[in-house]
Amino acid sequence: MIWLFVLLWPLLGIKPEGLEVATTFSVWWRIAIGCASILVIYQLNSVGAFNFITKPVGEAVGGAKKATSTLPFAVWAFAILAFAVAYPHLFGRYAQDVAINCMIYICLGLGLNVVVGLAGMLDLGYIAFYGLGAYTYALLSVHYKLAFWICLPISAGVAGLGACIIGYCSMRMRGDYLAIVTLGFAEIVRMVLNNWMSLTNGPNGITGIKAPGMYWPDFANGMTLEHLWLKKLSLIYYVILALVIFTIIAVYRLNHSRIGRAWEAIREDETAAEVMGIPTFYMKLLGYCTGACFGGMAGAFYAARMRFVSPESFTFLESAMVLSMVVLGGMGSIPGVILGALALIALPEIFRDFELYRMLVFGGVMTLMMLFRPQGLLPPKRRMKAEKD
Amino acid sequence: MEYFFQQLINGITLGSVYALIALGYTMVYGIIQLINFAHGEFFAAGGYVGVIFMSYLLSQGAPAWVCLSGSLILAMAYCAMLAMAVEKVAYKPLRSSSRLSVLLSALGMSIFLQNGLMLTQGVYDRAYPTELTQGGFEFGTVMLSYMQLFIVSLTAFLLVALNFLVFKTRIGKAMRSTAQDKIMSALVGINSNRIISLTFAIGAGLAAAAGIMVGLYYGSVRYDMGFVPGIKAFAAAVLGGIGNITGAMIGGFIIGMVEIFAAGYISGEYKDVFAFLILIGVLYFRPSGIMGENVDDTRV
Repeated sequence: MIWLFVLLWPLLGIKPEGLEVATTFSVWWRIAIGCASILVIYQLNSVGAFNFITKPVGEAVGGAKKATSTLPFAVWAFAILAFAVAYPHLFGRYAQDVAINCMIYICLGLGLNVVVGLAGMLDLGYIAFYGLGAYTYALLSVHYKLAFWICLPISAGVAGLGACIIGYCSMRMRGDYLAIVTLGFAEIVRMVLNNWMSLTNGPNGITGIKAPGMYWPDFANGMTLEHLWLKKLSLIYYVILALVIFTIIAVYRLNHSRIGRAWEAIREDETAAEVMGIPTFYMKLLGYCTGACFGGMAGAFYAARMRFVSPESFTFLESAMVLSMVVLGGMGSIPGVILGALALIALPEIFRDFELYRMLVFGGVMTLMMLFRPQGLLPPKRRMKAEKD
Repeated sequence: MEYFFQQLINGITLGSVYALIALGYTMVYGIIQLINFAHGEFFAAGGYVGVIFMSYLLSQGAPAWVCLSGSLILAMAYCAMLAMAVEKVAYKPLRSSSRLSVLLSALGMSIFLQNGLMLTQGVYDRAYPTELTQGGFEFGTVMLSYMQLFIVSLTAFLLVALNFLVFKTRIGKAMRSTAQDKIMSALVGINSNRIISLTFAIGAGLAAAAGIMVGLYYGSVRYDMGFVPGIKAFAAAVLGGIGNITGAMIGGFIIGMVEIFAAGYISGEYKDVFAFLILIGVLYFRPSGIMGENVDDTRV
């Protein structure tokens, strides 16, 4: 580890205009401090220097866990829901904006979770379906003036159809070959979006997309239904909240259905699953399409929210970011993915000064997670049981 | 017809770059069955080390050949060490864990290195000194610049040297036997960890040379330049039959040719698409590639 940093030092410390070390020095200085402090805390912890803190805290957490486990799950769900509904009234514009971003990524992460976490197919081109969904809504809205609520299922359908086509070609492959092929397809989609000037307006993107509209009862003169564009941030917030809740319920139900079990069986051992009578090809294709549909929905919402789409938003880095959310949270676990999305979107907002370092930290964290905790922060329960046996 | 020859020259130039990068992918894949996502970053880092030392040597008034060869050797040595370090940190501890973990670890390393480059070298293009390799031969309207000559001849030299190393020396024999069967070769006294480390080093060295070539050819380097050529080179490695060294060379030249001719005769905007289409087509119809043997069913 230290060797790596020693090696990185000179490359990054020297610039063509002579030996300009200042910026580099500050970059590596910060990284070194970060690493050193983590190391020190880790070492102290393993020695037992924090016992005076961790012991009472651990006991308190244990006690709290006992107390909470007696409460039914519904109470917790209700409490979280109540907080989510009240959120825009409690916090300002900026916080709402961050929350909306977070929830878009929760949708994406949950969709990718179906593909990677449940069915065990490494998909590096997931963002293509997000892009397909976004462009579907954008084009339908601009050219045909279709409403958001009609376009939402259409976007999901188009993304799902795209996934069927791509998946049909690539589902024969496994593991790393699949990863590369999906990456290739995603790049093709992005390039088509970038170059098909007459349809997508190329790199300039599409503007003038309508926000979602809604009928709202108005009591000013009797009761009439007024049409209302949901342009205010706090109203948009409720749209994505509804989408997130829908996605969570859908993924949860899928996970615990026959199909979800089939996916997990395929993930664990494809040959064995085939022998047990699972039509692996169709199940994998189904998983791929389902994941893509959620991505398409999130994309349609993204287009409606930004009211602008351009191919710039659908690069490989976004794919990597969604993937790292799933990995960080724990593959196959819904609360894990939500936690991952919160960690990767909300934390950088808090540490705004270190914005540039975000992707650097992503990469580092991804590798470190694989080295030290490959199952993620909140691994799914079903797998944990299997590992205990 | 002249246009065709011009494109042929350009295609060979580009193809030699892809061939050099593809070798790193194919060697690493052959030995530990890992797609080394960070390989493109070694290529970019090589380009940066090259530009840094080349400008430095130029400013000291060194002659052209000293600048070129000096920066080349330095960049290759540096990237080889970097690759060994990355292998030790990110891949070696995961040797016995699942494929997905190693792949994700590699992806993480790639993002980490790319952003490290961005933070320290800036987000803008960095210009290469162009005065070293100006001029060229002209045959009618067909132009063969010294730069292209340099790139192609250097590639040829490196490929010959690599072939010699892999097929004629003891180290090469150890590499080939490790790729075939790690446990058996360990039993006959080959230190497989050292061989794997060495494979990474050689692959990254070749990628660094390619980075300098691309920098010279296009006149600049950029922190994220490793990504797309990386995938194209991977396509080349797959096309040639992954794990097969000769195959990767041939695949690299084919991909370079196809890209240039497709850009010249079909559509310049979609030139990047063709490499991906080849990749997908090869994986779909003939996953073992041109030169490869049959692929086991864990991959396809």
